[in-house]
Amino acid sequence: MKDKFIKAQQEKLTLGAIDRRQFMTSAIAAGIAIPTALSLASDAIAATPKKGGKFRMGLGHGSTTDTLDSGTSENHFTLVNGYTFGNHLTEINNEGKLVGELAETFESDDGKTWVFNLRKGVEFHNGKTMTSEDVLASYEHHMGEKSTSAAKGSLSPVKSIKADGKYKVIMELDSPDTDFPYIVSDYHISIRPAGDMTSGVGTGGYIVQSFEPGVKSVLKRNPNYWKEGAAHFDEVELLSIVDPNARQTALISGEIDAMDRVDLKTINLMKRNPNINIMQATGTAHYTFPMRLNVDPFGDYDLRMALKWAVDRQELVDKILLGYGAVGNDIPIGTANYFHNSDLPQREFDADKAAFHYKKSGHSGKIQLSAADAAFAGAVDAAQLMANSAKKAGIDIEVIREPNDGYWSNVWNNDAKGWCACYWGGRPAETMMFSAAYVAESKWNDTMWKTTDSAVKFNQLVKDARKELDESKKRDILYECQRLIYDDGGLLCPLFNSYVSANSKKIAHGKIAANWDSDGAKCVERWWFA
Amino acid sequence: MHPVVKTVLERLGLGLATLFFVSIIIFSAIEMLPGDFGQAILGQAALPETVAAFRQELGLDKPAYIRYFDWALGAIQGDLGTSFSGRNASGADRSAEVVDKIAPRLWNTLFLASMAALIAVPLSLILGILTALYRNSFFDRSVNTATLTTISFPEFFVAYILILFFASLNQIFPSLANVDPDTNFGERIYRTALPAFTLTLVIVAHMMRMTRAAIINLLASPYIQMAKLSGASQTEIILKHALPNAWAPIATVIAFNLAYLVVGVVVVEVVFVYPGVGQLMVDAVRTRDIPVVQGCALIFAVTYILLNLIADIIGIVTNPRLLHPK
Repeated sequence: MKDKFIKAQQEKLTLGAIDRRQFMTSAIAAGIAIPTALSLASDAIAATPKKGGKFRMGLGHGSTTDTLDSGTSENHFTLVNGYTFGNHLTEINNEGKLVGELAETFESDDGKTWVFNLRKGVEFHNGKTMTSEDVLASYEHHMGEKSTSAAKGSLSPVKSIKADGKYKVIMELDSPDTDFPYIVSDYHISIRPAGDMTSGVGTGGYIVQSFEPGVKSVLKRNPNYWKEGAAHFDEVELLSIVDPNARQTALISGEIDAMDRVDLKTINLMKRNPNINIMQATGTAHYTFPMRLNVDPFGDYDLRMALKWAVDRQELVDKILLGYGAVGNDIPIGTANYFHNSDLPQREFDADKAAFHYKKSGHSGKIQLSAADAAFAGAVDAAQLMANSAKKAGIDIEVIREPNDGYWSNVWNNDAKGWCACYWGGRPAETMMFSAAYVAESKWNDTMWKTTDSAVKFNQLVKDARKELDESKKRDILYECQRLIYDDGGLLCPLFNSYVSANSKKIAHGKIAANWDSDGAKCVERWWFA
Repeated sequence: MHPVVKTVLERLGLGLATLFFVSIIIFSAIEMLPGDFGQAILGQAALPETVAAFRQELGLDKPAYIRYFDWALGAIQGDLGTSFSGRNASGADRSAEVVDKIAPRLWNTLFLASMAALIAVPLSLILGILTALYRNSFFDRSVNTATLTTISFPEFFVAYILILFFASLNQIFPSLANVDPDTNFGERIYRTALPAFTLTLVIVAHMMRMTRAAIINLLASPYIQMAKLSGASQTEIILKHALPNAWAPIATVIAFNLAYLVVGVVVVEVVFVYPGVGQLMVDAVRTRDIPVVQGCALIFAVTYILLNLIADIIGIVTNPRLLHPK
């Protein structure tokens, strides 16, 4: 009750409805000590965005082959840069909720035909007004037969796309998908003016001034930005600083204001610096060890189960993530997801159960596990730790160190290797994650879990979930989907990694989103100088 | 024909022949790289159709020898082809010419290399001559120890130590050397100070010790004894009599180190976030952007051949015996 009152007063203070003195009076009247009340007041004021300043950010990605074409965007630098100058039909807000962005509203009666009502009066940086023509052109850029876009796969269910007047776009899917609006928030599918998909003209809060691939992107605020309460900095400089030490030194010496991907080995030293804040967000990103069911011996249910019980997950969190993360439960859905199945008991290291299932599987000899740090930092060490704990259950895992170069084409999702390390950024919607890697028709189905009874049932359930408009029914279906993967799937998911970033205390921000690193990769439009 | 001119022409011819063989080696080495551009650029997201669309568009389905001749003929005319990245089948083609991609970065690399060379070359020559002059003194020993210490550490370690003392603890120089084409000259020098110092520390020992050794070696020869007997001072002997005969080995070592400054400073580029050509090449190899890899490799080869050629020529023209044939 008291909290609610104080919160309301804080809001009034922020909006300027009451002044600081009035806030203090009311807080003290509510029985709050003066120092606490003072800090409550400044918290509220700090939370009010201010305009101005030049924001410089160091990002641990970026390559000389980067472009401004969102279709080939594949690293965090291009992702942050893309969200800074461009918008999408929908977006995931900092609470993890899906809201309209360039589409003011979107609706569907059957989950099959989706109507996006576009926002009126939105201008591109070149002065052109955004209409359905541009949305159509932007989507065709990712959908054509010859398209080289990475979003080609996720847009393949779209059967037709057409405009209805200047501000309405209708998309027809080949089968119902009630989570389709999540797909259109994907960072690849940026809305650009028709006829210019690649030069970096968008509708976003910042206009690209210069872009040097693998070096930096310089932007300035878009004075005509349509979104309210966003894009507070005057100027922005995104720097690609791949070396973690260089990034951290730059932050400490004040050459940048924020950085992503703090090196966990030196994080305690960073924490001691009084001018730096460390931020941590555990979202949907996870590290996996997919077992391919079509490669021997992983087709055997008991063998998979034995390996799932043979991993000391907490040890991996402590040693690989140095505590910055959470244990995984062999489902690709994390606690940040809305329909995360929390009823499934957490799997822990259990030598007896592992030995029991291993014996039942009748397997003998070495089991090969391929890993390279290309999969995730520490993947080879993680594999070694797994081999160690499995030994206690009498299972012999042979860790094969693979080269980083070519890992994604020669090792991962390849029948030559039955078991390897992998990472996933996760997806905001459960059905999206399933479609990406667990339904039978997915090209990225790295576990090849397709033909067992449970898998067949799972595939049907995912289709049902996509059709389901009723929330509680949808929850039941998605819970069951997760249970099927948990029991029978080829997925061994021991870790949910946190995004750990650092920024100068001069930076202020609201709640941090967890769907991507750097506040959902939208920090540039969301943060401000306190 | 004067023997010097003849030798120089011979060397030039040999240089061109070397370049031809190197171009074949570069091309075949890159042919043997596994993986391809489409897969590398799309990473985990690569689908077979998308990769096939890329391959067809880039003309990778043509036989290798045809691609070699296309490339070699272009390169002779200064056209290194078009980079693979930035291509797009459905939109406008925004891929850059390899030359345009390499040029600004090569300029950055040459700038850093010249800055390091301008400090390191005179410094090591002076130190080399002084240590030869006062050989086996306390000064000689301390200079030797100091330079050998800096060359023994890996570059990134030297770089981190400099960052620690000059950028982190005392903020004298910036730790980021992120220059761009608009950076003015003074700012550019200030920003590249730490990387230039790092490189200086790494290369001084080699050149300085070679200078010292070459001079000391000559001091034992009979004509120096003769000069000594005729009453020339120690400084005079070294500068007037020993040094002219020592230029050939010194020039070779300097050329070697200059070439290293141009082609081998990727680590320093990464640590200081300096946009040089080394990083460009590493990225290009990683993503299989073949035209860029070939362009960089060719430029590196030219740098090596050219600098060694110059060192040879210096060796020839400063050699008194060749200059004054009987």
